[in-house]
Amino acid sequence: MQKLHGSTLRLAAAVTLAAAAMSASAAFAEGKYDVGASDTEIKMGHFNPYSGPVSAWGTVGKLQSAFWKKINEEGGINGRKINFISYDDAYSPPKAVEQSRRLVESDQVLGLFNPMGTASNLAIQKYMNGMKVPQIFVSSGAIAFGNPSVYPWTMGWLNYASEGRVYARYLLEQKPDAKVALFYQNDDFGKGFVNGFREALGDKAKTMIVGEASYEISEPTIDSQIVTLKATGADVLFNMSSPKFAAQAIRKLADLNWKPMHFLTSSSAQIGSTLGPAGLENSVGIISTNYYKDSTDPRWKDDPAMQNWNAFMDKYYPEGDKTDTTNVYAYLVSETIAQVLKQAGDDLTRENVMRQAANLQQFSTPLLLPGVTISTSATDYFPIEQLQLIQFNGHTWDFIGGVIDGSAE
Amino acid sequence: MTIERTTALVFLICALAVPAMISGFVTFQLTMLLIYAIAIMGLNLLTGFNGQFSLGHSAFYAIGAYTAAILMDQFGIGYIWTLPAAGLVCFAVGFLFGFPALRLEGTYLALATFGLAVATPQILKLTPLEHWTGGVQGVFVMKPNAPFGLPLTSDQWLYYLTLAAFVLLYVLAKNLVTSRTGRALLAIRENPIAAQSMGINVSLYKTLTFGVSAAYTGIAGALGAIVIQFVAPDSFGFMLSVTFLVGVVVGGIAWLPGAIIGAAFILFVPNFAEDISKGLSGAVYGIIMILLIYVMPSGAGGIVSSALRVLRSR
Repeated sequence: MQKLHGSTLRLAAAVTLAAAAMSASAAFAEGKYDVGASDTEIKMGHFNPYSGPVSAWGTVGKLQSAFWKKINEEGGINGRKINFISYDDAYSPPKAVEQSRRLVESDQVLGLFNPMGTASNLAIQKYMNGMKVPQIFVSSGAIAFGNPSVYPWTMGWLNYASEGRVYARYLLEQKPDAKVALFYQNDDFGKGFVNGFREALGDKAKTMIVGEASYEISEPTIDSQIVTLKATGADVLFNMSSPKFAAQAIRKLADLNWKPMHFLTSSSAQIGSTLGPAGLENSVGIISTNYYKDSTDPRWKDDPAMQNWNAFMDKYYPEGDKTDTTNVYAYLVSETIAQVLKQAGDDLTRENVMRQAANLQQFSTPLLLPGVTISTSATDYFPIEQLQLIQFNGHTWDFIGGVIDGSAE
Repeated sequence: MTIERTTALVFLICALAVPAMISGFVTFQLTMLLIYAIAIMGLNLLTGFNGQFSLGHSAFYAIGAYTAAILMDQFGIGYIWTLPAAGLVCFAVGFLFGFPALRLEGTYLALATFGLAVATPQILKLTPLEHWTGGVQGVFVMKPNAPFGLPLTSDQWLYYLTLAAFVLLYVLAKNLVTSRTGRALLAIRENPIAAQSMGINVSLYKTLTFGVSAAYTGIAGALGAIVIQFVAPDSFGFMLSVTFLVGVVVGGIAWLPGAIIGAAFILFVPNFAEDISKGLSGAVYGIIMILLIYVMPSGAGGIVSSALRVLRSR
């Protein structure tokens, strides 16, 4: 009955939308445009590090160039070709300001889509909002990019706090009497998770959290923190550390023969950079999260979405590394950007692009894990908040439980 | 002498006239060019004229930028006043750093200053300082508008402000290097023992030069903070020091006007390299640099001085 109700609603919505679209296209047969868009073209701006110490992340821009090439060969979006302009900021905030100003003032793009880096994006946030130019799907986990009341022209992608909430909600359901030890990197990264975690635990945070220890990135080892946390008698470890320290922690846990329920941030839950160096046998049982399909996971070998992605990589981006899941992420973001532009229709003003970005309703693409959808609203500027919990079995990750929503309440 | 004066005059007229003809973005780029030129000039005083190597000028640039940002953000001090403040703070830091540096020469000094460059971004992230520095998140700075109702956009105003700072600092540096002090600096560079036996207080001059050089770079940092409107530790990595050194070498060791050419190189050549190939921008930049050093081993300064020599010999 409920299902029927849902589909009726959806039908009604579709009819209304279609009617609205028709009247809109009648009213604006020519289309409405801001700089950066016309009847034939949409100019998109982007920057990420192609050079410098983190140039490996430049693969995001390269994949996106390939993605828009594919879209253009298939006829573009609503008949308009995408002109994707991507520059190198070398992960330096002053360079990011220069490149963004060049994109906005000289290249005259419609907006910046998926620009990368917390510091680089913070550096341009005021400028973009002052110019009223969209800065959409910022590639960072910082909470600062989802604050529509202050920065209506800046939209994030995911944030550390919602991942923290997901762990908390799982814990409240599975182990409400847990004694939790917090271990985190002492900056916005580590604290972001901890804040979300505490918030979702609510009043129970006081009784459940029995100990906490943090570290500075400059510290050579974190052994003493782990020893201290073990002494608290905790049976859950909330481990929000970056890969090097996460690997040290996993090793120390094994040395101490301490076997708590172990939550590890998805930023460090990589077999190559963390679990391998720490010892796969020591990593069994670690719980983390993910939201898209891992290109190295044999489970998806025959999955149509993954085959599609593989075919894309072979044809448009053959030099790209198929075992680098960043390339799945970049594809997924591009699909979401394409959806925003499709929704915007012939009204390609900056205002409408922003409005449509904040109007994604349970958007889903096959590269997302089953059950994960993307939703935004005028007050919710984080598209990715639903996460799937995963547990390491010594070789790969198993799903545990269903998808959990990490939105703020 | 007349050639130099004429060139300087032409440069100044062009520099004053140019914002009216270009877009806000190019004005912004030229402002950054002048800021880098000030920093390069500072490094040139130390390395070019006094022969002390520094790979640590990104640290002074950072200290200048943070001094300006914190004074504006926490104390509400007007941006103009942050420039001399940044200069004073950096002079003090540079002067003090100059003392231990006295015992070090050549590559050893380069290594010590390298340490300064590597340490600074991490120190800026430290928790006890976070209240002031904002940690990883950095500090936002308000963009100033043109004062006295001048009919200028804020980009143009900042350009003229930076130009004024550049001209003032250039004249000061020019007077410094052509004075008794300047000759003492050169003497120390050429032969410290001979300089000492001629009665030059080597340690005083060396530490003072370190201070003045740091002050120049700090003022550049403060201007950079005002123009970029944001400071964060990641802006001031070790690569920035290397970039300044590239600017000094390309512009010409111990040739002050070279700062403009060096700054133009470090600002525009990476963009040009990126236009050629995105994936290989670093490689293209490197090759351009190698070619340049082969073609003009003594930088733009060397080319200009040999051209002048040819002109004068006629």
